[in-house]
Amino acid sequence: MTSSSPGRADATDTLTGGPRRGRVRFRSDRTGPRGRGGAPLPLLLPALIGLAFLVLPLVALLIRAPWRSMPDLLTSSEVWEALRLSLVCATAATAVSLVIGVPLAWLLARVEFPGRGLVRALVTLPLVLPPVVGGVALLMALGRNGVVGRWLDDWFGLTLPFTTAGVVVAEAFVAMPFLVISVEGTLRAADPRYEEAATTLGASRFTAFRRVTLPLIAPGIAAGAVLAWARALGEFGATITFAGNFPGRTQTMPLAVYLALQNDPEAAIALSLVLLAVSIAVLAGLRDRWMTAS
Amino acid sequence: MTRSVRRTRRMMKVTGAGAAALLGLSACSPSGSESATDSGSASGGLSGQVTVFAAASLKESFTKLGKVFEKEHPGTEVTLSFGGSDALAAGITGGAPADVFASASPRTMKVVTDAGAASGTPVTFVRNRLEIATLPGNPGKIASLKDLTDSGLKVVLCDRTVPCGAAAQKALDASGLKLTPVSYEEDVKSALNKVVLKEADAAVVYRTDVQAAGDKVAGVEFPESADAVNDYPITVLKESQNAGAAKAFVSLVRSAEGRQVLAESGFLKP
Repeated sequence: MTSSSPGRADATDTLTGGPRRGRVRFRSDRTGPRGRGGAPLPLLLPALIGLAFLVLPLVALLIRAPWRSMPDLLTSSEVWEALRLSLVCATAATAVSLVIGVPLAWLLARVEFPGRGLVRALVTLPLVLPPVVGGVALLMALGRNGVVGRWLDDWFGLTLPFTTAGVVVAEAFVAMPFLVISVEGTLRAADPRYEEAATTLGASRFTAFRRVTLPLIAPGIAAGAVLAWARALGEFGATITFAGNFPGRTQTMPLAVYLALQNDPEAAIALSLVLLAVSIAVLAGLRDRWMTAS
Repeated sequence: MTRSVRRTRRMMKVTGAGAAALLGLSACSPSGSESATDSGSASGGLSGQVTVFAAASLKESFTKLGKVFEKEHPGTEVTLSFGGSDALAAGITGGAPADVFASASPRTMKVVTDAGAASGTPVTFVRNRLEIATLPGNPGKIASLKDLTDSGLKVVLCDRTVPCGAAAQKALDASGLKLTPVSYEEDVKSALNKVVLKEADAAVVYRTDVQAAGDKVAGVEFPESADAVNDYPITVLKESQNAGAAKAFVSLVRSAEGRQVLAESGFLKP
């Protein structure tokens, strides 16, 4: 569909009916001003300043990178250990978020219950909470002496602090709200009549969710998962507070960067670059495919 | 908040100016005469702000000394900034407006002197020794550094990149012990807090931290700590806008009175 065919868009609109209407109209709205020419200067200038502000620190990292000693710094086993741990834990935290976050998002989007606004606020709280506070809160709840953690220790001999599982818990705590928000938004945009149709045709509500809703909101889930994964990869405060720092077990890349900065800034820059490269590769690789598809 | 406290304190000072001036004069003569001969003559006329960057472990004692200084030199105002020595040193070399720097390790002080930011040679004013912090009542019956190698214990150490971790490693090396902690913490306070929160059974921290934690932890001394004593250097900074007052503050820290305050926090004589 080309940008200069609002007529055809309307035609598609009437053909496919309700759910596509919003999307198509939105698109034709957007093509209007774009067709009339470039961005006005009062918008373009701040936009470019904004871009420079966000990109300049990253460029500075590249400029100040110790390229010559880079190979030595990056071949150390501790770096690879930290990177491997970061990738494994961020992926595990994303998996945890998917398993419990998507149902939570569905609950928030589709079920009316008293206090839903409050629940939604609580769910998004980790987004604005300082990560260190999140770590302390996790210690109070799941630590060896915590409200729930005490029983885990007594009954199963399970303690989460200082373990890789603790890293996953800390990362999931901070990253899951991104997924929930993203999925809830997609669910609200998706038309519930498809599910209703499925249930009137004899499907159970869970089957309808699995066979109709889930495929419908898949791009939203994917976008949320990418966001959560990226957030988990960069998590620092909650991890070091809740899970501690031990190479190979709980020392993820952000922790390695922070501690390297104490006495070897060059190594810290090198490690930062690795984390940056991995993040950019994943975000760039997935963004075009998923984020704009929703 | 601290500023408003200071302001009320200053107002109280104005109302009781006569008494304060008398107190100041009588108190400053012994400390002024010790080493700061050049500032001694001007000590009556000291005024203005003194900004002191000090290692986090000096918080209790330097807060006390700051009050003593303001009392001894009416018209001065001591602003204290506490933090990790590395971060403070980075701030100073980056141009932070400080008059005095007190560091928890010679290595971080060297960052400042290498950058040419110190005025004169830094002097060691206290030393700090390591101690084992364990749960109140010492349920693990820890009596020595060797007891920490027991696999049933959760021990945390400071990371080797920070001074307390380097010192702990030195003590362990000196005694030929191999200790695998559950975590290498990013600074001494977070190592201590893991014990305070009962998440870890023991931590190797400074004597002063054990003392500051009060009855939330139990302290166990160990002889190997003598092999890893931390020196604390202090210096006036080159960029100081108030060098006279800065020198006077350093001499207060090094005076008998200053030493007494520091000893109360658990620091050792240099």
